[in-house]
This record gives sequence, structure tokens and C-alpha cells, in this order.
Amino acid sequence: MAQTKPMPHADVFEPWKDPKAEPLIRFRNVTKRFGDFTAIDDLTIDIYEREFFALLGPSGCGKTTIMRMLAGFETPTEGVIELGGRDIANVPPNLRPVNMMFQSYALFPHLSVYDNIAFGLKRSDMPKSEIAGRVEEMLRLTRLEKFAKRKPHMISGGQRQRVALARSLAKAPKLLLLDEPLGALDKKLREETQFELMDIQETTGTTFVIVTHDQEEAMTVASRVAVMDHGKIKQVDTPANIYEAPNSVYVADFIGDVNLIRGTAENLGGGSYRIDVGEDSRAIDVSECDAEIATGTPVTFAIRPEKILVTKEPPEDRANALEGTIIDIGYLGNLSTYHVELPGGQMVKAAMTNSSRISRRAFTWEDKVWLSFRASAGVVLTE
Amino acid sequence: MRKISWFNATSLTLGFAFLYMPMVILVIYSFNESKLVTVWAGFSTKWYGELFRNEAFLDAAWVTLRVAIVSSTLATILGTAAAYVLVRGGKFFGKTLFSGMIYAPLVMPDVILGLSLLLLFISVGLDRGLLTIILAHTTFSMCYVAVVVSSRLVSFDRSLEEAALDLGCTAWDAFRSVTLPIIAPAVISGWLLGFTLSLDDLVIASFTSGPSSTTLPIKIFSAVRLGVSPEINALSSILIGLVTIGVISFSITTKRAAVRRIREENAT
Amino acid sequence: MKRLAVILLPYSWLVALFLVPFVIVVKISLSDTELAIPPYTPTLDFSQGWEGLKSFFAALDFENFVFLSTDDLYWKAYLSSLKIALISTFAALLVAYPLAYGMARAPVEWRPTLMMLVILPFWSSFLIRVYSWKAILANEGLLNQFLLWIGVIDSPLTILNTPTAVYIGIVYTYLPFMVLPLYSALEKLDGSLLEAAEDLGCTRFQAFWLVTFPLSRNGIIAGCFLVFIPVMGEFVIPALLGGSQTLMIGKVLWEEFFSNRDWPVASAVAVILLALLVVPIVLFQRNEEKQREAEG
Repeated sequence: MAQTKPMPHADVFEPWKDPKAEPLIRFRNVTKRFGDFTAIDDLTIDIYEREFFALLGPSGCGKTTIMRMLAGFETPTEGVIELGGRDIANVPPNLRPVNMMFQSYALFPHLSVYDNIAFGLKRSDMPKSEIAGRVEEMLRLTRLEKFAKRKPHMISGGQRQRVALARSLAKAPKLLLLDEPLGALDKKLREETQFELMDIQETTGTTFVIVTHDQEEAMTVASRVAVMDHGKIKQVDTPANIYEAPNSVYVADFIGDVNLIRGTAENLGGGSYRIDVGEDSRAIDVSECDAEIATGTPVTFAIRPEKILVTKEPPEDRANALEGTIIDIGYLGNLSTYHVELPGGQMVKAAMTNSSRISRRAFTWEDKVWLSFRASAGVVLTE
Repeated sequence: MRKISWFNATSLTLGFAFLYMPMVILVIYSFNESKLVTVWAGFSTKWYGELFRNEAFLDAAWVTLRVAIVSSTLATILGTAAAYVLVRGGKFFGKTLFSGMIYAPLVMPDVILGLSLLLLFISVGLDRGLLTIILAHTTFSMCYVAVVVSSRLVSFDRSLEEAALDLGCTAWDAFRSVTLPIIAPAVISGWLLGFTLSLDDLVIASFTSGPSSTTLPIKIFSAVRLGVSPEINALSSILIGLVTIGVISFSITTKRAAVRRIREENAT
Repeated sequence: MKRLAVILLPYSWLVALFLVPFVIVVKISLSDTELAIPPYTPTLDFSQGWEGLKSFFAALDFENFVFLSTDDLYWKAYLSSLKIALISTFAALLVAYPLAYGMARAPVEWRPTLMMLVILPFWSSFLIRVYSWKAILANEGLLNQFLLWIGVIDSPLTILNTPTAVYIGIVYTYLPFMVLPLYSALEKLDGSLLEAAEDLGCTRFQAFWLVTFPLSRNGIIAGCFLVFIPVMGEFVIPALLGGSQTLMIGKVLWEEFFSNRDWPVASAVAVILLALLVVPIVLFQRNEEKQREAEG
């Protein structure tokens, strides 16, 4: 997961770290129930202006409900949602400065591309003379000038997606909601469109809230990601922190590939721990851990496959080295993954870049190998 | 997830009240003691008794039933063939004319159909009677059957037939052992539709029946033309009751079959 | 060969019992009235060969059509049928739309039952459904009793045997034909379109008018044709509920045929009625085909 974001410097966009910043959206202890089912459970969260905020989670985790509450199609059972400091519970959807891009796009089949984009503007107090100009502008922004007169069924899926985006942006909302905006596109188009979305978000300066179940998409586009499960937010952070410093087994497991090794922690002080993973295996040394964990606490050690080095001989410069047997090899082109069984029966996945094109395979099935990693390569999770 | 709104609840209630109120009133008043249909004079089943002693009605009912059974059966065979030709027949000479002849009788006023059939029977010298009514009813019923069956055939996965042919069936075998079982519900509803249309028809039967073959609707029509009769109320109630029981039990069986099919599909 | 048989069986049946009869109707509409049976001349006698055919065509004329055009009764009957069909189609649309809308917005698990409730009256006898209104609309009938009881009126209204009764009867009996196409159009409507309209600033009513209504257009067209076309030739409803005041062409045709025994004139009436209906029937089929294509 390559991070294209610039390195931190003075004017980095991180309003959530600024205690004086006023959030655009504020959820305060919001709960939503449908009959006996609790879709959102006591949720508190702030979203700031100009943010590209992603709600990530499996289907049924409540992310769409959050979005529908922001749009005004659902009202919270308990708690308050504020937009720009004002409670919006009683504002109907048609009067909110919030627009939504629907998962199905919801383009009006009886109206042309032009009329679809103009639809919201005609309902606003914008003078008629300005509407045409605004629609042209949106057509240019989404590169749809040539298709203005066509009906939605006469254009491709990618074009429809852009019409939906143009239509929801036309009224220049304070907040744009995107419900699985790229779900209906194929992989290649989806990747292209992700960058287009980021460009458009930057150009218009609108706050975007995106709902997705695709972790790659969330990591690519978002400034912050909220990982959700069963109506609760598990972690809200930048994509890099979500990936490298997950706060729970759930988040570590949901985002990307991870090895989870159970054990017991021994606090060595100064953020260093030794984790006892059972009789058959060597203990794992961990450093630079933020959490304070008492000795004897059962923990899970989480480490990403690409942080593990696979070698024939035991390496000397690494804090941790475990011996095991290769059970399976997966060739993925850019990298190969190795499934290695430790003496205790624990399976560990390691990924190695295939950096040279023609090389003899270093390892094969049933080979005895060494897995090694630095003390700071993994995280210790208590949950 | 939205609950039914106040407006929708009102329009459903009023709409269904309008659809059912006249029939409910009719049934209630069939148990009226009085001969005056609009004045309630106490509960009685005497009109049902009189109805069953009225031989003219019983004869007409018997004629109607025979016509309905024979014509709907013929119509089902012809209509299914027509649907098959429409959907699977490919192109052939006069296909537009053919589909026009299937759809036109659905909207054609009965008086025109009746008149034209009568004039045909007279010009070929066919005496009016049971046979002519059956021919007439078969003609318009087959069009309804064709429409019902063809809508099922359109949504039918053609590769099933191709699989049967691939596994060694002849075209007829494939139709009998694969297509027919799948479109069977539509064929059965087509038959039921033809049956009720035949039971119901007044205008075409009036044109094509002879003196010896009076059907029930003709009898009812001549009885009610001038006024309301409690005997007809009783007869109508019986017919409404039969239809209600028939439709409800049919829809329950088809629903059960559908549920069973879904379960079986999920089980495998 | 078998394929040919499958095509030929229904094809020839329809040609013999649907197409040929129409040709005969047209032919007889061009013949003269005679008192013998069949009460018209000339009859086509194939045994006389070419000569017979020639004398047959020579005797055909447009006399009956001229007669129809000179007699006020027929003009009035056609116009009145047209008026009744138009008004009652519109009335049926007004009654059916809220019902179909309510059905389409009802919880999914209710919908099959609601569908069945709409279709159920369609399965029971048309004649009986028309007849059931006689007892309600009569001067001493239940509607008048009810209206007198709640005090809306002082003396009974005359509804039975007036055009009003015919309108009520038509709307009532043809309601399922209007409801079903409307329902299927409205049910297909994607709920997110309405949410999108609201999201873009529409009120509920605007969303209905700008999205729901135009998107149910095909259902409206189909329903209107399904009511209008058969109502134009309707006989039973005016005969039972309309009394002598209501003039409809179906009734005129019936009377020409059964009471006056003027078969050529009855045939001419039918030919003109058919000519009037050809346009809506063709339009209706076009609309159906277009919809089928759009779905397929």
C-alpha cells in the first residue's frame, strides 16, 4: 500500500490534531435502532472541513446508516448530529447543504445528462441564467461535455458514475456523501477514478465522506479512515497509522494481510516487551510499543508478511529469528508469499519482493528456513 | 425501511373498499328474506333453495360448464403452441400478422368478435349450438393463454432446452420433458383464465348460441336486465364464493410450490 | 416439418376464426338488407364460378355506410361512446393511481397479497360485478339510503339509468386493468431515485411530480389503452346500468342485430367501430413492443 502523501511539514493538513479547529460534522453519542437491531451504537466522531473521510467496514456494520443519517433519510434514535455547529435532526433532506452520490447512481432515466446535473440547481434559488453556466462547469470538471444530451442508458458505466458525481457536486454542497461510489466499476477503471475523485475533491475543496467496503480504496483516497464493526467505530486514523499501528486485532486483521501470534507479555520497561509464545518456540522481542501492558497479560502479536525476511541461514543482525518449514509458496508476480510452519504448528506468512527477473528459486517446498524481523516490525495488541 | 404512510394506507383502504364493497353487499343481500333487494327483512337461505329448484338455471349452468371445460382445454393446447411459435418460432412468413391476431382479440370489443363469428358460422352453414360457442370461446381464450404462456417462455433460460437436445433429446422430447414442466404453472393459469373467461362471457355467447344452448350468463342477463332478483343474488354469491376459493387455493399451492423450489435450490 | 405443423395449427385456427370473419363482416356491410335468412343479399355462391363472383361484387355498394352517415343516431352513438370512454378512462386513472401507488409502496411481503386482491374481482364474473351496482345505485338503493341517513341529501338521487351509473360501472369493472400496469411501472421504480430527488432539494410532492409520475408514464399509457379500447365497444354496462338515456355504439350494434335484424347495418356499425379502434390498438401494441424491447 504505497503512500503518495507528502512527508509531514509545517502546513500539513491535520485539523484533527488541532484542538482549536471546529469540526464541520459532529456526532455526539448517536445511536440508531431499527426495531431490536442496533445499527449504530453510541457513536461519537468529528469530521473536519476539506477532509476526505472514509467509513470502512464489512456490509451491515452501520456505515451506510451513518451516511443516510447525514443525508437526512434516517434520524438518530438517540444523540445529536451537528453540521457546522447546528443540530440537523429536524432539517429534511431537501433543505440540507449536503448532497449524496448514490451507490446505484440513481440517475433519472427520463432526463438527459444535462438535465440530471441541472436537476438540483433548478430546485435551488440560483437564477435561471446562471444554471446553464454551472452545468457547463460541472460537465467540464467531469469531462462529460460530449454527452450532455444523452440519456443515462446511452452512456457507459464510468460515464454514469461521473454524471452522478457532477449532479451531486453541482449545488456546491458543504458536504458530499459517496456511497460505494466505485463499486460498480471494474478494477482498472476504479483505480483511475480514485485519483480523479481525489483531484476533484482538492479542486472543489468540498468535504467528502465516502462509504466503502474496499480497504484499498479507503486507504488510497482518504485523509482519515474509520474502521467500523457492528455499529461501533474501532479506530479512526490516517491510512498509514491504521495499517502500521492498528489498535485492535479486528483492525489489524481487516486491513491487509497479517500474522497473528498469541502469547504472554513480559514488560521490560521503556516500551520494550518480550512475548512468550509457548514452549516450542523462542520468545519474540518487541520495542517501541506505545501501550503500557502489565507482565503476564495475554496478548496478540501482529506482524505484516512483508516485514518478515526469509533466509536459509539464521541472520545475525535481527532481533527475532524463528526456524520453520515452508509448506506453501504463492507466486504473485511482484512478490512471492511463503507459508511457513513453526515447530509449535503456528503458520506464518512472509512476503518477499521478486526484485530480479531471472533468478533461480531460492527456496522450495519442505525447505527449512529462518524467518527474521526487527523488534519494531510488529505491534502488540491486548484486545 | 419506511413504514407505510398515512396517505398510502388511506388510498389502499379506499381502493379495496371500492373493489369489494359491491360484492360484499351482493352476498349479504342474497341471504335476505325479502323479495325487495334493498330492504333487509331478516336472514334466510330460501333463495338458494329456489335457485336449486330452477331447472332452467341448472341446465344453463351445465351447458356453460361443458363449454368452459372443452374450450379452455382446446385453447390451452392452441395457445401454448401459439406462444411457442411467437417466442421460439424464429422468423416466418406472416409473423407480424400472427402476433397481431394474438394480441388484437385481447382488446377487441366483444360485440365485434361475436358478430363476426356469427356471420362466419352462417356463411359456412354451421348450425348455432354448443359447437359454435366452443369454437368462439376457444378462439379468444387461446389468445389469453398465448400471452400468459409467452411471458413465461420469454423469461425461460433457453440453454436448458439446448442442454436437453445436447443430451440426446428430440425437439419434442425436449419440449415435453424440460420446457413443459417449467412453463406448467403458466399453462395452468392460462387454462384457468380461459375457463373463467368462458364462464363469464355474455356477448359472444349471445351471438353464437342457438336456442338449445343457452349459457348461464345469457340466462342471468335476461333475468337482471329489468331489475334485481334475489335468486340471481344467490347465484352470484355461489359463483363469487367458488372463484374466491379457487383463486386462493391456486395461489396458495403455487406459493407453496415456489417456496419448496427455493428450499430445494438452497439445499443443493 | 414438425415445426411447420406447430406454426400452422394456431395460425390457421386464427385465420379461419378471427381473420376470415372480419372479411365477412366487411363484405356483409356492403350488402343489401333482405328479410329472408340470412337477411342480406347477395350471398357468395362459389358453384357459379367467375360469373358468380362478378355478380357478387357488382351488387356490393356503400349504401349502408351512407345510411349510417345520414342518420343522427349513429353519429351521436359514436360520439357519446367516445366521450364516455374518454371520461371513464380518465376517472379510472384517477382512482387507480393512488391504489397502485399505495400497493407499490407497501411492505414487500404484503405485495403479492395486494396483487391477488386486485386480480380476484377480475376472475369473478363481469356480469355479476356490473349487476351488483344495480341494487346500490337504485333510487331506493343503498347509496341513497346511506346519503339520506347521513343527511347529505333530502331526496333520493337518480343515478341508476343515467350516464353517471355507466361511469361508475366502467371504473369499477375496468379498475384492475388500470391498476396492474400502473403497479408494475411503479413497483419497478428504484426508491433511491426519490431519495436522490429529495437530496437535490425536492419536496416529497415535487419528487413525485418530477420523478415518479414521468417514470410511470408507460404504465399510464398501457392502462389507458386497456380501458379505453374495450370500453368503446362496451355493451353490458350501458345495457344494465345506463337505461335508455345512455347511447353507446355497442348497444346500438346489439339492437340493430337482435331487435331490428338488420345485419348489413350492424356489420357497417362494426366496421366503423373497428376503423375507429385500429389507431389506438396499433398504438397500444407499439407501446407494448417498445417496453418489451426496453426491458429485454
